[in-house]
Amino acid sequence: MAIRGKVWKYGDDVNTDVIFPGKYTYTITDRKEIAAHALEDLDPRFAKEVQPGDIVVAGRNFGCGSSREQAATCLKEAGVAAVVAGSFARIFFRNAINEGLPLVECPEAVAAIEAGQTIEVDFEGGKLAVGGKTYRFPGLPESVMGIVREGGLIPYVRKQIAERDR
Amino acid sequence: MGQSFTQKILARGAGKSSVEISEIVDVTPDVVMSHDNTAAISATFKRIGVNKLDDPKRHVIVLDHCVPAASEKYAQNHKTIREFVAEQGIENFYDVQRGICHQVLPEEGHVRPGALIVGSDSHTTTYGALGAFAAGIGRSEAAAIMAIGKIWLRVPETMQVRVEGSFPMHVGAKDFILKLIGDLGSDGGLYQAVEFVGPGIDSMSVDDRLTICNMTAEMGAKNGYMLADDKALAWLAARGVTEFDPVFSDPDTVYARVLTYDVSDLSPQVAAPHTVDNVHAVADVAGTPIQQALLGTCTNGRLGDLQRAAALLKGKKLHPAVRMLVFPASVEVYRDAMRDGTLMTLSEAGAVIMNAGCGPCLGAHEGILAPGETCISTANRNFRGRMGSREAEVYLGSPETVAASALTGQITDPRKI
Repeated sequence: MAIRGKVWKYGDDVNTDVIFPGKYTYTITDRKEIAAHALEDLDPRFAKEVQPGDIVVAGRNFGCGSSREQAATCLKEAGVAAVVAGSFARIFFRNAINEGLPLVECPEAVAAIEAGQTIEVDFEGGKLAVGGKTYRFPGLPESVMGIVREGGLIPYVRKQIAERDR
Repeated sequence: MGQSFTQKILARGAGKSSVEISEIVDVTPDVVMSHDNTAAISATFKRIGVNKLDDPKRHVIVLDHCVPAASEKYAQNHKTIREFVAEQGIENFYDVQRGICHQVLPEEGHVRPGALIVGSDSHTTTYGALGAFAAGIGRSEAAAIMAIGKIWLRVPETMQVRVEGSFPMHVGAKDFILKLIGDLGSDGGLYQAVEFVGPGIDSMSVDDRLTICNMTAEMGAKNGYMLADDKALAWLAARGVTEFDPVFSDPDTVYARVLTYDVSDLSPQVAAPHTVDNVHAVADVAGTPIQQALLGTCTNGRLGDLQRAAALLKGKKLHPAVRMLVFPASVEVYRDAMRDGTLMTLSEAGAVIMNAGCGPCLGAHEGILAPGETCISTANRNFRGRMGSREAEVYLGSPETVAASALTGQITDPRKI
């Protein structure tokens, strides 16, 4: 699995309250509407200008704070192809995997990447290319990558049930 | 090499004799908690295509995040949940009058030492105080567990925090955990299991231990816990919980990190805007004017918390510019505080006694902030915009710091009252 996309760059500790505010968490349920509020309290430009295939790059502890899954849903539905970060908060990590949103943990690459650049990511090979340089990152564990490849936890579970019931 | 508390519980949940750190295992949880998000979870469950829950008894549902419903949308959300609960025969359902999930579950006997508990809320870590493994998960995963009864978890390393000494007057568990988070940073415990031991912990009440484990979510931890001791067992026995299989870390457990804190010299602490790890001694921010004071939430809404605040306010009146809102963590706490005069003391000082629920903590209702306002709160998060306006500021502190500040109209060291 390989992708290529334009970068939106943010700093450390981007929390889920700024990715998708708590005041919407029980009242907005439509996926397109969720995407329309993505990063609302961090970057008001993002939701309007993000293009399918774009890549979000951020520092340490991306997605910290509330467990709300919409933080991953809003990015996935907005067409974000992957999130590259120095590190991920654990519940956001789970929610992204379960949404089929691939994640890359690579602090060295994050330090080098600038907003607006185009980067390439090879998930199986564990390589990220930007500005003529290549950075290596540890691939996601296979069982978890399997969920991403199926498109998320729900398709993955449906497949497990179908196989179990055969 | 010894197996840690967390390794043992995850191994048991996965049906294995032992597990390795970083291993990914599929576990069958003992308890799965969800709250107002259950409507969304049930919608996802239905998309999986299975008609019936794998085991309705495994699930505990508490309405608490926006109770009673603040709008037609919230009301429909709750209605959908009640219909799902009835349709699936979920007995462990607590409606709007009961209280906040992280207090209701322990009170109702759903937390047992050695249990494997997951919840679709980041502060699920709270239950570790009673010797359980308790970690937050997402909504889709809660739906998956509804369908197939299992979920994947990565086995964490364990960090041990040893607490020694005893708290000075007007300093307590919330000050300690804020200090720890300030020192480690919001990702200082990322993916770790955090084990709290030591004489400082032994002498703490169960309520204070719940406060500490609640806040471990704010240092990125997977779970936080204390090993079940006589105090915890007595608390549980009083609620009729006597059947369980407690778990303890092997003596030769290798900890990723061991920290020691002596709380004898600790001073009151606050988390200043806009991150939980922006921790300072109250003295450093004293004098900051406030307009709202929040006492309550899953972090500090228990009887001891309300009593400590009331003790500082007895016979006094709040500063006229301050609105103080009190949210007991459960209806049991509410009634106990009614009976022992705590709520009367707070009300006579001028506080608004609210219902047992999450209130304005996450910006839903019941005390939202205007631009330019400052709130001091016993809650666990102060991110920008969380309690209302993006141009408002939230400081986090202990019940006593909140009460002292409500009295003077500015952030105040409770030792000075």
